[in-house]
Amino acid sequence: MTPLAVSGAPSPEGFIAHVGRRSLEAARALADVGTWTPLLAIQMRRLGVDSVPIALFIAVFTGIVLSLLSSYIFTGAVPLYFVGALVGKTIMMELGPVLTGMALAGRVGASIAAELGTMKVTEQVDALETLAYDRYSYLVVPRVLAATLMFPVVTAFAVAVGVASGWITAINLLDLSTAEFLKGLKQFYQFKDVWFGLVKSASFGFAVALMGCLRGLATQGGAEGVGQSTTSAVVLGCEAILVLDAFWALVLL
Amino acid sequence: MVRRYGGRFHRMIVLDNLAKSFGSRSVLNGLSLEVPDGKNTVIIGPSGAGKSVTLKLIVRLLVPEQGRVVVDDVDVGEMDRDELAALRGRIGYVFQFAALFDSMTVAENIRMGLVKHGYDDATIRERIEESLDVVELSGAEDRLPAELSGGMRKRVGIARAIALKPRYILYDEPTTGLDPITAAVMDQLIIRTRDLGVTGLVVTHDMRSAFSVGDRLAMLHDGAIRQVGSVSEMRASHDPVVRQFIEGRPEAIMLEPPVRRSAG
Repeated sequence: MTPLAVSGAPSPEGFIAHVGRRSLEAARALADVGTWTPLLAIQMRRLGVDSVPIALFIAVFTGIVLSLLSSYIFTGAVPLYFVGALVGKTIMMELGPVLTGMALAGRVGASIAAELGTMKVTEQVDALETLAYDRYSYLVVPRVLAATLMFPVVTAFAVAVGVASGWITAINLLDLSTAEFLKGLKQFYQFKDVWFGLVKSASFGFAVALMGCLRGLATQGGAEGVGQSTTSAVVLGCEAILVLDAFWALVLL
Repeated sequence: MVRRYGGRFHRMIVLDNLAKSFGSRSVLNGLSLEVPDGKNTVIIGPSGAGKSVTLKLIVRLLVPEQGRVVVDDVDVGEMDRDELAALRGRIGYVFQFAALFDSMTVAENIRMGLVKHGYDDATIRERIEESLDVVELSGAEDRLPAELSGGMRKRVGIARAIALKPRYILYDEPTTGLDPITAAVMDQLIIRTRDLGVTGLVVTHDMRSAFSVGDRLAMLHDGAIRQVGSVSEMRASHDPVVRQFIEGRPEAIMLEPPVRRSAG
């Protein structure tokens, strides 16, 4: 019952069989709707809603820095209203999803790995199984689903706040009016900018929660094991975000 | 689907030639034991001998590399998910450190299994009350595991197991880490549960408890059962390994083999 990704798969046939078994387990866990549905809302609040403050905190400062940075880069060469374009595009498409994802990889990935890791080493996961619960339906599905659904929501808030903070910085600290900022913002805006960022963030949520769950359930030993799982869940979550970020840029742009 | 072995129905747990290793460390190696209905069977043996592993093999929390576990004439290894869920409803499991869900109250802990097995609310309330009454913890419904002592947690663990009215209960080190009085209370509970018609399989290295709750004792040594017998038979055993263990003489440790490496 070694969770996926950690158990070795020596041959290609073995690997395919391994992936097949895991997919089947995932499908079964998803089909067990009665088990995970009641837990989904709780996880959406814990992983999503409770993460909003940290995401907004990051967004505010990103907006300020981007606004100041772009005016510094553009000095003399490019009309200043392009500040609006740069702030809007970069926050919507890249910094909003990625910085929010990274922050949540720490918050969400670590909390999932620590919680499931502690449950594993104190035999609570075994206890669940002896009460006829499936660990994937009860523990993994609600967390992964909640993160996949909530990361885009949190990111959307972060994008809105980031752009607003860039705008407030521009009109207060730069020689720029609201009308000019909006002109820049609108000039290069496409609807794709928004959904590109949100699709990315959904995939980040999926990866971060999955890493947290898998590392947590693979925990061995005691407190030290929980610490190791938590660290590796955060590191793997961040790496997955960067790889997925490049993947989506390659596929969707 | 029912797979019967032999002509007659046997209501018991049969462990048949089980082997289990973790990496290169072989833990069980040809363990065979029958756990007859209506009695308490106690597996004794030193720490790390594979007693807990044996219990986990019975409910398929672990899968053996060799051999099979047969419960009520059905091979546990061949069960599909639904059959396994039904089996886990028939076998209660009391964990060494209780393994209560620490974010839930006592009542919610007991409720978990009942909900999964589809009981209605009225029955669930009744069963929670009943099982807490058996372990003498009535009134503790709304307390969290963190607010309970070690002994109380273990009793809630038993309540959680008996709430499903199982035919078998597996006890993993039920008296370890408890003071003598609380340990004696645990022993009484295990005996009382047997008298309610539940077959018990206890693993322990606490000989006082083993003699007190056991109808049959089985000594686990070197990955297999060294000797099985009634309490009086075991007390009269001439086997040096058994004698040393039940008398708690330090040479028993010397008799333990060095860590064996499984082949390959």
